[in-house]
Amino acid sequence: MESSRTTVVVIEDEPQIRRFVRTALENEGCHVTEAGTGERGLVEAGTRKPDLVILDLGLPDRDGVEVVRDLRGWSAVPILILSARVDETDKVAALDAGADDYLTKPFGVAELLARVRALLRRTRMAGHEEPLIRFGEIEVDLARRLVSRDGVEIHLTPIEYRLLSVLIANAGRVLTHRQLLREVWGPGHAEDTHYLRVYMTGLRRKLERNPTQPQYIRTESGVGYRLVLDP
Amino acid sequence: MGTDIDNRPDPETLLARIEAEAERAQRGKLKIFFGACPGVGKTYAMLNAAQTLRGQGAEVLVGLVETHGRSETARLLDGLEVLPPKLVAYQDRQLHEFDLDAALARKPALILVDELAHSNVAGSRHPKRWQDVEELLAAGINVYTTVNVQHLESLNDIVGGITGIQVRETLPDRVFDQADEVALVDLPPDELLQRMKEGKVYLPHQAERAIQNFFRKGNLIALRELALRRTADRVDAQMREYRNDQSIRGVWQAKERLLVCVGPGAGGDRLVRAAARLAANLHADWITAYVETPRLQRLSEENRDKILKTLALARELGAETATLSGQEDAPTLLAYAVSRNVSKLVVGKSLRTGLSRMLRAPLSDRLSSLATDVDVYVVAHEEEAMPTGKASPMPLDMELEPTAKLRSHGYFWAAGVCALTTVLAKLVLPWSDLANLIMFYLVGVVWIAARHGRGPATLGSVLSVLAFDFFFVPPRMSFSVSDTRYLLTFFIMLAVALTISTLASNLRYQARIALYRERRTRALNELGRELASALMAEQIVDTAIVHLESLFQARAYILLPDTQDKLLVPPMASDRKTLPLDSAIGQWVYDHQQPAGMGTQSLAGAPMHYLPLKAPMRTRGVLAMLPSQKRLLFLPEQARLLETLASQIALALERVHYVEIARDAIVRMESERLRNGLLSALSHDLRTPLTVLAGLADSLPLAGPPLPPAQAEIAQAIRAESLRTSLLVSNLLDMARLQEGQVRLKREWQPLEEVVGTALQTLSGVLARHEIHVDLPADLPLLEFDSVLMERVFCNLLENAAKYTPVGSRIEIGARNEGDWITITVADNGPGLPPGKEKALFEKFTRGHDESSVAGVGLGLAIVHAIVEAHKGTVSAENRPEGGARFVITLPAGEPPSVPMED
Repeated sequence: MESSRTTVVVIEDEPQIRRFVRTALENEGCHVTEAGTGERGLVEAGTRKPDLVILDLGLPDRDGVEVVRDLRGWSAVPILILSARVDETDKVAALDAGADDYLTKPFGVAELLARVRALLRRTRMAGHEEPLIRFGEIEVDLARRLVSRDGVEIHLTPIEYRLLSVLIANAGRVLTHRQLLREVWGPGHAEDTHYLRVYMTGLRRKLERNPTQPQYIRTESGVGYRLVLDP
Repeated sequence: MGTDIDNRPDPETLLARIEAEAERAQRGKLKIFFGACPGVGKTYAMLNAAQTLRGQGAEVLVGLVETHGRSETARLLDGLEVLPPKLVAYQDRQLHEFDLDAALARKPALILVDELAHSNVAGSRHPKRWQDVEELLAAGINVYTTVNVQHLESLNDIVGGITGIQVRETLPDRVFDQADEVALVDLPPDELLQRMKEGKVYLPHQAERAIQNFFRKGNLIALRELALRRTADRVDAQMREYRNDQSIRGVWQAKERLLVCVGPGAGGDRLVRAAARLAANLHADWITAYVETPRLQRLSEENRDKILKTLALARELGAETATLSGQEDAPTLLAYAVSRNVSKLVVGKSLRTGLSRMLRAPLSDRLSSLATDVDVYVVAHEEEAMPTGKASPMPLDMELEPTAKLRSHGYFWAAGVCALTTVLAKLVLPWSDLANLIMFYLVGVVWIAARHGRGPATLGSVLSVLAFDFFFVPPRMSFSVSDTRYLLTFFIMLAVALTISTLASNLRYQARIALYRERRTRALNELGRELASALMAEQIVDTAIVHLESLFQARAYILLPDTQDKLLVPPMASDRKTLPLDSAIGQWVYDHQQPAGMGTQSLAGAPMHYLPLKAPMRTRGVLAMLPSQKRLLFLPEQARLLETLASQIALALERVHYVEIARDAIVRMESERLRNGLLSALSHDLRTPLTVLAGLADSLPLAGPPLPPAQAEIAQAIRAESLRTSLLVSNLLDMARLQEGQVRLKREWQPLEEVVGTALQTLSGVLARHEIHVDLPADLPLLEFDSVLMERVFCNLLENAAKYTPVGSRIEIGARNEGDWITITVADNGPGLPPGKEKALFEKFTRGHDESSVAGVGLGLAIVHAIVEAHKGTVSAENRPEGGARFVITLPAGEPPSVPMED
């Protein structure tokens, strides 16, 4: 973000929200383009080649989830969802459609910037993944498929390891239950959320110091999970 | 291939049997101790069986047992609970009767009721004890009872024939056949006679001689054989049913159908019983029909009632009944037989002989000559009494029927017309031949017949012949006849006049029948049309009452149920106050879906006739009728019309009911949609400006030149307040949604650990200065809940705890598996709850009353309560003995799904 060439498209119908989002992002050195409708936003996203799209789900002209699908049709740009709705299903639908993260209104500038930074970092890191991942005392050697805490090997079951590797590959991103289930168990188990929850609990008990207050493997209520490497 | 299909039981038969079995499973079981005659020890055997069951711990109640003073039987009553009999005053005596209501209220597992065929004292709910027993069975009570063979309806006249004693107390065969178990109590005649000699068998003194005749050895042997055979028939039927079950039968035959023709003769009952036996042996359906021809139209009231009784008996024995009308009995019967696919016709044997037989062949002969593909069975009649008594034509319809006065007018008219014809004939005599004068008289007779029917026409014919003879045939002015050829003239003239009058009156009858049918159809159409346009139950009731009252010349009343299935008796108009309406009978009819009151099997003594209004889905009400003439209601044709009208009314009521439900549903949907729209609009409209407020306050330091510290602080305060307001708005909206039941739970099986984790994470700021202790058993099963809502529960409870305890307090979260329930506790060691207010905390807010002085708190607990309740759990608050508050949530454990584990 230090680079002044970082471009962000903000698609949001409420001008005052656009205004403070712009203020916050420009303060971080981003170039911000605003759009008041979904159609306009798609045009901007197509012409500006942005590094990030911030999208409000409650647009007057189009369903936000549809805009996500449209965008994903031709672009891999990270998408951050803003949602005024309490209903988790809309967020899940947008995430399933390909959005990368979400923020529920009202949100503070600090939260917004933290999410933006994390997403931009992910884009920059793409392509040169480290074979060795560290979070806290945990070290994951992706090449040798070894997990250890302070140098002591931790035994993970094959499913637990698969789960962890999917989380690592998407570190910082929210993964919905459906996405995780499909990745780890296969498309036939996309609705068996209790499988996921039981294994996630097991994984936490092995990796987290305090499994009831996890630091790394965070739960997003009603949505999914997120691996936070630097809490 | 073909045989495979044929072997398969008919699905409808199977379905019917499954339904019957399901019904039987609900019903109590009936066991009959069956004997050949009194004294074989049925009551003894029944009590013995009851004692055995009692020994096994069953709950046995003796409803009514006649020991007839036999000590060995009475001894068996020891230790059994006996229901006190009901004392009924009858004439000047006190009679002991079975107390049905007490038995139903007591509801034992098994009840003993002796003498199933017993007739109850007039004024009891049912005329027969077997009907009491049916009600016991319907209530799910098992019944033991006793029956003697001579009481079985279909064997009644056979037994009468053997013993010479007519038994009046009879039991319909279907009750016997449908009993779940029949135990035959058998005693060889010699032993029975021996027991009698020893005085072990009861003989009532008043009928000693008759009874002694009854107990002749020959009789006993015959009765024993009957009892054995009847039991064997039952076993045979069971075997056949079993074979049906197992589909052993090779060919599934088309079912036989019998048609029995009854007339006004005295042997009707006997004919019907014979037909019932035949139908039972053939396993056939049977129909009893009565053909009303012009000839039978002229029967006396007494004979007519007899036919109704015979038809009622046939219904009792399981027949379908029909009243047909036509010119001639034989063709009408055959046409009906063909239309109903009847294979066998049963008629009584005519005892007519000689001339009458030659003039009019018996029905059986006429049928056989007409029927080509129907078998005709002729059953012996005991006697065939020709219709007797004074004729009184059946009032098909009051207005159509000439009154007595009109009829006597007819005879005057006949005399007058004859006189007039004679005067006319006198006038034309000079220009005419005698033969032409006869034509004048015939014209007169035809006119009388057409106008006034057969009686006056017959009088007219006779008078005409007499007048012709007196005034015109030489020697004139005298009844003597000089030329014998005129005798032939008289004879032919009389025959022609009578034939014409018969034909004319038959025509009138046909016209009357047609008119009656037309009126009935019109009545149905009119009622149907008016009911179809009715939009409210009250309209239907009013319309129906008007039609019923005019059609049946009766007072009618319709009782409708309320939502608790209790019949409502709305305030009556003053002209209806006099109706002897009994709402208790109405309720009984409604509950049992059976007609009752006058003219039925139940509470026949009541002055009104009560009919359930049965619609396809359920009974919609009760129709009560007070007929001015009993016959107008209970003539088969009229009864069927009433039934048709009742079901039309019921259908209309049901339609209106569903219209109301649909309307309610639409209104509810509409208001739901409105409310949802309002809530989400509110949510959006309030949250957006709050987001803007918080965001702008947040970005204030970033916007321009750096703010001085005081202004930065103000910006922070604005931000914090708007976030707090936003939280309050969320709580309010959530509460509104929860209270309206608008929240659809997204329940998923998940570990409690996770949701506790998210709550702690969300509140990490608020809880930073408290000591959190989580103690969840590692083997706690998965729970089914909505994770987002449950997170709210924990957040609200933890926030509460943080708010009301000093910094550094300890907050404990625990859970315990208690089998069907999981108990979750959130406890602190703070100052605790205000004593005595533990319950009020929740109660107050669930009712939506004013909030507590500390803003937000009450709403938080109210939300907790609403969410936990939505999960079918409970939440309570208490003070811990060691100090501090504790909130306890219980959630149903349910049956968690299994998760395949590795390793």
